[in-house]
Amino acid sequence: MRRLRTIFLTPAGALMFATLVVPSLIICTYSFLSRGAYGGVERPFTIDNFERLIAPLYGAIFFRSFWIAAVATALCLALGFPLALFIARSGERKNLYLGLVILPFWTSFLIRIYAWMFLLRDTGLINTVLLKIHAIHDPLPMLYNDGAVILGLVYGFLPFTVLPLYATLERLDPSLLEAAADLGSKPWDALWRVTIPLCAAGFRAGAILVFVPCLGTYIVSDLLGGSKTILIGNLVQNQFTASRDWPFGAAAALALMIVAMALLFAARRRGEELL
Amino acid sequence: MDSILELRRVSKTFGAQVAVREVSLVIPKGQFFSLLGPSGCGKTTTLRMIAGFEAPTSGEVWLSGARIDPLPPYRRNVNTVFQSYALFPHLSVRGNVEFGLRRKRFEEIDARVRKVIEQVRLDGKESRMPAQLSGGERQRVALARSLVLEPEVLLLDEPLSALDPQLRKHVRAELKDLQRRIGVTFLFVTHDQEEALAMSDQIAVMNGGSVEQCGSPEEIYQRPRTRFVAGFLGAMNWIGKIGVRPECTRISRERENGGRAAVVTRCVFMGPAIHVEARLETGESLVAQVAATERGFEEGSAVHVSWSARDEVRFSE
Amino acid sequence: MKRGLALYAACAYAFLHLPLLILAIFSFNASKFTVWQGFSLHWYAAAMADTELIQSAMNSLIIGICATAIATVIGTMAAYALWKRASTWVSGAMYLSLVTPEIVTGVSLLALFQWSFRFLHLRLGMHTVILAHVAFSVAYVAVVVMARLRSFDPALEEAALDLGATEFGAFQRVTLPYLAPAVIAAAMLAFTVSIDDYVITSLVAGIDSQTLPMAIYAMARRGVNPVLNAVSTMIVVGLGAMVLISERLRK
Repeated sequence: MRRLRTIFLTPAGALMFATLVVPSLIICTYSFLSRGAYGGVERPFTIDNFERLIAPLYGAIFFRSFWIAAVATALCLALGFPLALFIARSGERKNLYLGLVILPFWTSFLIRIYAWMFLLRDTGLINTVLLKIHAIHDPLPMLYNDGAVILGLVYGFLPFTVLPLYATLERLDPSLLEAAADLGSKPWDALWRVTIPLCAAGFRAGAILVFVPCLGTYIVSDLLGGSKTILIGNLVQNQFTASRDWPFGAAAALALMIVAMALLFAARRRGEELL
Repeated sequence: MDSILELRRVSKTFGAQVAVREVSLVIPKGQFFSLLGPSGCGKTTTLRMIAGFEAPTSGEVWLSGARIDPLPPYRRNVNTVFQSYALFPHLSVRGNVEFGLRRKRFEEIDARVRKVIEQVRLDGKESRMPAQLSGGERQRVALARSLVLEPEVLLLDEPLSALDPQLRKHVRAELKDLQRRIGVTFLFVTHDQEEALAMSDQIAVMNGGSVEQCGSPEEIYQRPRTRFVAGFLGAMNWIGKIGVRPECTRISRERENGGRAAVVTRCVFMGPAIHVEARLETGESLVAQVAATERGFEEGSAVHVSWSARDEVRFSE
Repeated sequence: MKRGLALYAACAYAFLHLPLLILAIFSFNASKFTVWQGFSLHWYAAAMADTELIQSAMNSLIIGICATAIATVIGTMAAYALWKRASTWVSGAMYLSLVTPEIVTGVSLLALFQWSFRFLHLRLGMHTVILAHVAFSVAYVAVVVMARLRSFDPALEEAALDLGATEFGAFQRVTLPYLAPAVIAAAMLAFTVSIDDYVITSLVAGIDSQTLPMAIYAMARRGVNPVLNAVSTMIVVGLGAMVLISERLRK
């Protein structure tokens, strides 16, 4: 019995070791090293990289990333919940409506973000229409700012809150809502006092699924935020490519990882495992 | 005795299926009234129409002289104790009991809540969560939660069926006591005739969506008006169109006036009594209930079975 | 409240689907400006004629198929092994690989590869991309197959053993057929994730292994491009069709 199981587990185990454990160790080590003359890494060991991170310049980047991720997550939860509620209460057509939410997810994330470039830019569709109907005189600068990044993030990650919230709503005992009505609660009241509190697990799962990727976002901030919006993801990417400062980039990546881990650890509850 | 709840020719159909068929009931104030019947007879659907979770397909529901069937559940002054109790898992005992009051923003919430919790004997457990309570305790929370709102009628949907048989008899007595003390009209739905007989002031027996008979426990048991009611309320010996209860059936070894000859087929020891099963010459099987102290009815022995005419019930079907 | 919810849902679905629909519509626009000037397949022709684009697409396909095949096998085996007996380390590692932000995974793998090249005398290329894709896809496959395993009755395997099958035989003839729909779904998920990946791929790809997302990204960065609209529409329709067909096959 045990031999088969061991054989089956080995490839995955080796893969995880090689592609998760070893790289993490390397990154950790690099973060304490110094930038090499030709872009590599070299001794001496130093904590300079981390000191730079705390400096106002880079600290601001972290703060901004956090703030944008938090707003995007809050919006995803607030906008995703009513949609999940609609689907859960739609009776026979549940699977259809659920499918319609998941469908965009199956297409390319990159293309979905590009679509917003097409819509939001100065010569894009929205501005063209508004100019045509003389609602505005000059094009609205909707692209290349924080708002566009948040919009892109919400657009990209909304399905990630709808699914766990839907799953929690599905498991809700309908007699609880009948009891609430029986005791005098109107539908709106019952929603806030019974349904939403009982979906706490769904909110937690959705928040985690959205916040961490948003924190480390790269594509959305690069395409929709332009050169003005540099978030942690852009910073790390930049250090490993154009700037060729691997130790600093490693330190930033490590900081991002630690923040993500801390959040996951804080939010976990017994019995809510994925694997 | 004035009535508090009236159903006037209430019917409910689900598609092609008729669940409740022209049910009319008058429930007097302050009574312990039961709806009794087998699964699928429509008693729960009837209850749900009174509570407001189903709308009647036709007919009217009147509460204290006002029509309530068009109203949603949160506007009716009736409350329900659900079969599964439906306690809010995210609220404590206190949170559950306060729930209906919170919404109305009453001033003396605390005082009322405390009083009701005492009445159902849950004092000291206010801060427990439903998951930490026993079945009996959960039922009491469900009761307290409804009673604190002082409904005109309390609807109970098979509240004892989720309890252990041992607990059931005990809770049965407690519920009856509670009702008498508080004086609120109870409308109790059950499929257990023993429960209904023991607790009710009046019983409406339902079958296939209609009420077959409505009356006091004695009336229903001793003077059943239909064959179904007769058979449902307890064991019944059928000899053609005549029915006689086992406890009214006398059995003896000697010949008696008007007695019929029979042969003992089996003797079952029930504890407090013995059930002697016998077959008449005409072929029907009977059960006679005799005291446990009686002996001597062996399989195959010849006996005589008799009963008095006033213990008979006759049906034309 | 029900009507309000329905109205909201309509708006939400419009928000989710309109951007892509609009992109698709304008891919047929004869003009390159955002003013409709007639129907044309001009941009599609231009896309098909772009050799660099076609090469990128080929690369993506090769990488996708290879990575999916490997990841599906490893992931399914891992899910099965974990189902038989849990392993905190492997489960934990896979969970970590799922929740780690892509940029961190990307630079970590880049660092790994560059460090290993000191002894292996290799360079970044298709193989590093495939390995990277396998690395992050395995967890997805495992999650999907695990979900299916949870509804599988272990007694079925025991019955097979009792009737004389070997461990592997039981797996092959009893468990695997049951898992088939989930394995297919997992493979599709892995393929989609691989085809669409930009961040990790761009970091570990070599000069001669540009993928489709990388080509698209480069075009997008330069600004809106009607050829890109056409490419986007083709990809969306292609992936969408693949999903729908496999859903049909599953039923």
